[in-house]
Amino acid sequence: MTDILMPALSPTMTEGKLAKWLKDVGDEVKSGDILAEIETDKATMEVEAVDEGTLTEILVPEGSEGVAVNAVIARLNGDGEQTKEELKPGPQTSPTETPRTNAPAQQKRTNTTPKETVEKEWGKTRTMTVREALREAMVVEMRADKDVFLIGEEVAQYQGAYKISQGMLDEFGPRRVIDTPITEHGFTGMAVGAAMNGLKPILEFMTFNFAMQAIDQIINSAAKTLYMSGGQMGASIVFRGPNGAAARVAAQHSQCYASWYSHCPGLKVIAPWSAADAKGLLRAAIRDPNPVIFLEHEILYGHSFEVPEDEDFILPIGKAKVERRGSDVTIIAFSIMVDVALKAAEALADQGISAEVINLRTIRPLDVETIVESVKTTGRVVSVEEGWPFAGIGSEIIATVVEHCFDWLDAPPARVTGVDVPMPYAANLEKLALPQPGWVVDAVKKFF
Amino acid sequence: MAASPDKTKKPNRKPAAAMSRDELLGAYERMLLIRRFEEKAGQLYGTGLIAGFCHLYIGQEAVVIGMQHCLKDGDEVITSYRDHGHMLATGMDPKGVMAELTGRSGGYSKGKGGSMHMFSKEKGFFGGHGIVGAQVSLGTGIGFSNWYRQNDAVCLTYFGEGASNQGQVYESYNLASLFKLPVVFIIENNRYAMGTSIERATASTDLSHNASPWGMPSMAVDGMDVLAVKAAGEQAVAHCRAGKGPFLLEMKTYRYRGHSMSDPAKYRTREEVQKMRAEHDCIDSARKKLEEMGVSEAELRKLDDSVKARVQAAADFAQASPEPDPSELYTNVLVET
Repeated sequence: MTDILMPALSPTMTEGKLAKWLKDVGDEVKSGDILAEIETDKATMEVEAVDEGTLTEILVPEGSEGVAVNAVIARLNGDGEQTKEELKPGPQTSPTETPRTNAPAQQKRTNTTPKETVEKEWGKTRTMTVREALREAMVVEMRADKDVFLIGEEVAQYQGAYKISQGMLDEFGPRRVIDTPITEHGFTGMAVGAAMNGLKPILEFMTFNFAMQAIDQIINSAAKTLYMSGGQMGASIVFRGPNGAAARVAAQHSQCYASWYSHCPGLKVIAPWSAADAKGLLRAAIRDPNPVIFLEHEILYGHSFEVPEDEDFILPIGKAKVERRGSDVTIIAFSIMVDVALKAAEALADQGISAEVINLRTIRPLDVETIVESVKTTGRVVSVEEGWPFAGIGSEIIATVVEHCFDWLDAPPARVTGVDVPMPYAANLEKLALPQPGWVVDAVKKFF
Repeated sequence: MAASPDKTKKPNRKPAAAMSRDELLGAYERMLLIRRFEEKAGQLYGTGLIAGFCHLYIGQEAVVIGMQHCLKDGDEVITSYRDHGHMLATGMDPKGVMAELTGRSGGYSKGKGGSMHMFSKEKGFFGGHGIVGAQVSLGTGIGFSNWYRQNDAVCLTYFGEGASNQGQVYESYNLASLFKLPVVFIIENNRYAMGTSIERATASTDLSHNASPWGMPSMAVDGMDVLAVKAAGEQAVAHCRAGKGPFLLEMKTYRYRGHSMSDPAKYRTREEVQKMRAEHDCIDSARKKLEEMGVSEAELRKLDDSVKARVQAAADFAQASPEPDPSELYTNVLVET
């Protein structure tokens, strides 16, 4: 007897819909036969048989939604049986080994945002994913301004490699939602040129890893032209896409670029965490007359949060948000590391330590005021980032704290970062390379 | 969006080269303005008033002046760091250009850009770019903006034969052909990329062939002849304006001066340069044609004098204009919001 398991179609998939069975109980199955169709929010794919035999049992009927990766969906009776271990798809060996992406609780959780912040109260909210929030931001801004368009690989007909732009081609047509060939250097230069002539492109990089092919155009053309032209000509353009480590895609596809871009004058750099961040800040980025780097996170795309329903909802660039109030230590994070920081704060609370958590939201310009105000209250600070330590965002945060509130510090500032190595592929090594809540807890406890 | 079905490699016939007396006289004057301006810039460089990189356009004047004849208001121009000629051709004020070379507040970029980085929104001049080949993707994007707005403006995108080896140039050929963008790609083949001759840098030295994989029409043009440039340019610009996509022109030209001011010029002989100057100079040949058309010596001398006076006025302005205020260090990094 061979178990057929729900396969993962992408490194970050945790569950999907079993759309259709193409084989019935009793059917003979040969290796390579299509058994079923699986749908996720990103794609529809076919499940091919690996083993031969007779389909004896269908355990998950077609139309079932939320089928967890690695769940047994059918059984096969035949020769050449393989063990369950051998049949498991590679990336998803067991949910406990890669908790960042596989824990269903995390995927489903609705993050509630504390109300203790000074920012404008936007009233009634509704739950939406980061993915939906990004799409809504683009759609409303494109409806409002005909100079705004979306360009990138697979953004139009394919509906987005990560389905951020789903449905946008239908609404805006092929002149405003534009598929490009795989030619980052060329199409980035092209988009910057269009921006220099007054258009407002939203350029989607399939991931920011690929933007390195185009970094000359981002820095030398987009970021510097305003200065070099004495203010005559600039580029109102948003470069957006997933940044940082996804899951099990190894060194060339897992890297945080926050520090790279934040180094450069002439750019604004945003890294949203929640869906509200994503929507409010992407709208602001599109309206901003400057080039903006908008660093999303693939693992957050499917996470749900409360987002204000107000149609004018927008967030200011350059303002951090205190996500949790505390009095003993300030934990500063951005993007998915806000999750890590909040979990650490929770764990610390159990141990009697009250941690304040700042979600930076914008990296450049850095909200020095919010950081300094917090550290003056708590006297201790830890930065948390996925990127590498050397010349990282943590370095900048700590320098800022030392410059502005050294006398208020009760302990040397600490940083928690990704490990200083290219990202490994092996599940255990990858986990060891990325900041975990426990690392933050340990860093904080050294203060006391 | 499919690639152009039109696989024409090159037009069948060379366009007729012609200019009226007044047109040629105007072209002569503008070429001469560039020549004298560049000579003056070379002098000021020698005295230390201009610093850094300074790439002179002397020898190549017919290219920009011939091409500019084909444009109308609303069209755009973008080029590399050898840009003084292009700016004067678009009608930018020689004073503002020269003052930028001297790094003064009266320069087009308030002294913050220098020789390689000047712009004029008013004249449709988009720079002035210091990274070899980068302006080709940018020019493709300016063409894209015309396509997006569905106007009939055309972007002239200039680059050297050295830049034509850059990957993003080929990416731009593909993108412009794929989207049928109104971009005239103009390779100014002056035969030397800094000190490397085209034969040493490019396996296929007939650069007009570079258009064929994308089904883009192209033409090799005598870039030392302003009439030939204008005739080819008209055909290329008309093609783009009609919405038929990009066009590639290879201008066979020559620079008399070094790559930049600091060029020991060991890669070619003095005789080669002299021969080109003596036999193919665009200004001399235009002058000869004008004389054949009956323009008097006196009229030409008057014109020479007025050009000289304009250049001197630019040089004077560039020295009198104050340096930028120190506060300018911090302005124009971002548009204030």
